[in-house]
Amino acid sequence: MVPGRSYIMECPAASLKASKGLYLSAISDPLPTENADHSIQWGGDYLFLMQNLILKDFRIRYRNMSLGVFWSLLNPLVMMTLLWFVFTKIQQSSIHHFAVFVLCGLVPYNVFTSSWLAGTSSLLDNVGLIKRVAVPREILPISIVLGNCVHMSAQILLLLILTAFTVGANWHWLWLLLIWPLEIIFVIGASMFTSALNVYVRDVRYVVESAIVILFWLVPIVYDFGNIPPKYADIYEVNPIAALVMASRRILLDNETPATSLIRNLVISSAVMLAIGWFAFRRLRGRFYNYL
Amino acid sequence: MKSTCAIELRSIWKGFERHTGQLLLRTHLQNWLGQQQQRKTEKFFALKNVSFRVEPGDGLAVIGSNGAGKSTLLSLIAGLVPPDRGYIRVAGRLAPLLELGSGFHPELTGAENVQLNAALLGVSRGRMKYIFDQIVEFAELGDFMNEPLRTYSAGMTMRLAFSVATHVDPDILLIDEVLAVGDHSFREKSFEKILDFRRKGKTVVCVSHDPSMARRLCDRAIWLDHGDLMLDGSMDEVTDAYHGMQSKS
Repeated sequence: MVPGRSYIMECPAASLKASKGLYLSAISDPLPTENADHSIQWGGDYLFLMQNLILKDFRIRYRNMSLGVFWSLLNPLVMMTLLWFVFTKIQQSSIHHFAVFVLCGLVPYNVFTSSWLAGTSSLLDNVGLIKRVAVPREILPISIVLGNCVHMSAQILLLLILTAFTVGANWHWLWLLLIWPLEIIFVIGASMFTSALNVYVRDVRYVVESAIVILFWLVPIVYDFGNIPPKYADIYEVNPIAALVMASRRILLDNETPATSLIRNLVISSAVMLAIGWFAFRRLRGRFYNYL
Repeated sequence: MKSTCAIELRSIWKGFERHTGQLLLRTHLQNWLGQQQQRKTEKFFALKNVSFRVEPGDGLAVIGSNGAGKSTLLSLIAGLVPPDRGYIRVAGRLAPLLELGSGFHPELTGAENVQLNAALLGVSRGRMKYIFDQIVEFAELGDFMNEPLRTYSAGMTMRLAFSVATHVDPDILLIDEVLAVGDHSFREKSFEKILDFRRKGKTVVCVSHDPSMARRLCDRAIWLDHGDLMLDGSMDEVTDAYHGMQSKS
C-alpha cells in the first residue's frame, strides 16, 4: 500500500468549502507560504537510475566527438605546457619537476571547477525532468557531478602516469583514494547549494564562474605553499581545494604522508559543505516547479 | 475506515505568482530593498478548491478550455508540485505521460531512451531486462530503435513514450493529450491497451480535446473552468454541459 501524500491544511475546512464570496477574500489575502519541503515519493531502483543518468551524460558527451576522451586531456596539457613555459623559461622557478608540480594543482582544480559548473546548471539544464517526471530532484546534481568525475578521470590518469614516469610511484598513493573522494563529496555539496539557488536567481551561474577564476589564483597551482607569508597561511588551510592540492603534492611529489591537520580540515569541510548543500536543497526544492 | 480509492483530492488550491518571469539578481535585490508593498506579488490560481475521487478501474476524462488548470491538475496528481493547500492521496504506482518525450534526450537512440525513461519511472535493473523486448515490440519502430531520437517524428516519439509508460506496470496512467499525434492504427492499438488496462482494474486519467476519444476511454468526466471544478459526473452529462456552455458564449 502506497501512502498518500498529505500536505498541511492551513485553513479550516469550513472556509474551504466556502462560496464565491469567501474565496475572493482568500485571494485578496495572500495564501500562507507554500510547502517548502516537497519530498517526492519514488519507489524505484536508485542505483539503476543513477547508472543510467551517468551513462546518458557520458553518451551525449562523446557521441559527436571523433577524438572523444582526448579533448578532456587537451586542456590540462595545454595549460601545463603554457605554465611550464612561463614559469621555467621566462620566470625562473626553482621548483623541481615543475610540469608535474603544476599538473598536481591543475587536475584537482579542474575536477572541482568543471564539476561545480556542470552541477550548478544541472537543474536548469533538465527542466524537462523536473516539470514532467516525478523523480527525486537531488539525483540531478549528484548524477551530473559524478558523470563529470567519470569524464575527468582521464585527467587524473594523466597526472598519475606522468608522475610515475618522472618522480616514481610509491605506497603513499593509496592516500589519494581517501582525499579525492572527499573532494567529490565537497563538490556535490557545493553543487546542490548553487544549483538550487540558480533556479531562483539565474545569476548564480555567473557568480560561480567568477569564483572559479578567483580560485585559480587562491589555490597554489603555479606557486608553492611554502612561499606564502605565514599570516595568510591559515586561509589556505581552510580552503579545501588548496588543501587538496597541497595534500596531492605531498603524496605525489614528496612521497610523504599528508599532514593530519590537512586531512582533518578536508574531512570537516567536505562534511560541512555536503550538509549545507543538502539542507539548502531540501528547503528550496518545493518551489522548483513554479520557478522553472 | 480505510478508503479504497485510487486518487483522492480534497480542497486543492494551487496558485502561481505572476512575476516569476524575471529571475535576475536585480529583481530580487529590488524586492528586498524596495518598499514592502512592492513585494506583495499578484497570485493567480490554476486550481481553486478542487475535490474529487477516482476509484480503481475508473476512466476519468478532464475537460476544459485552454488555461482551465487541466495540466496543473495532472502535475499535482503526478506529485511534481505540491498544492498550496489541501490533501492529495494517490494509491499505487503512477505512470505519467504528460508531454511528448518528457525525460527523453534527443541525442540518445530510441533503445537508450527506453532504458533511461524506464529507470526514471522506477523500473529496477532486473525488471528492465524482462520488459525491454515488450516495449520495443509494442512500439513497432523496427530499425529506428538504434537511431537518435532527434530523427524521430512526433508520432514515433509518442509510440515510444506510450510503450514505455504502459509497460512499467503502473496502477494509474495519466495521459495529457499525447495520443492525438499517433496514426490511426497505432491509436487503435493504444486505445485497446488502455481499455485492457481498465479491465484489469487499473485507473486512467486523461486530458483530451477530442470528445470521441475521451468517450471511448473514459466513463466519467470532470469539467474545469478557470480553476473551478464546474461539474463531476458521467461522460455524457459533463460533455453535454460543457458543449452547451461553449456554444452559448
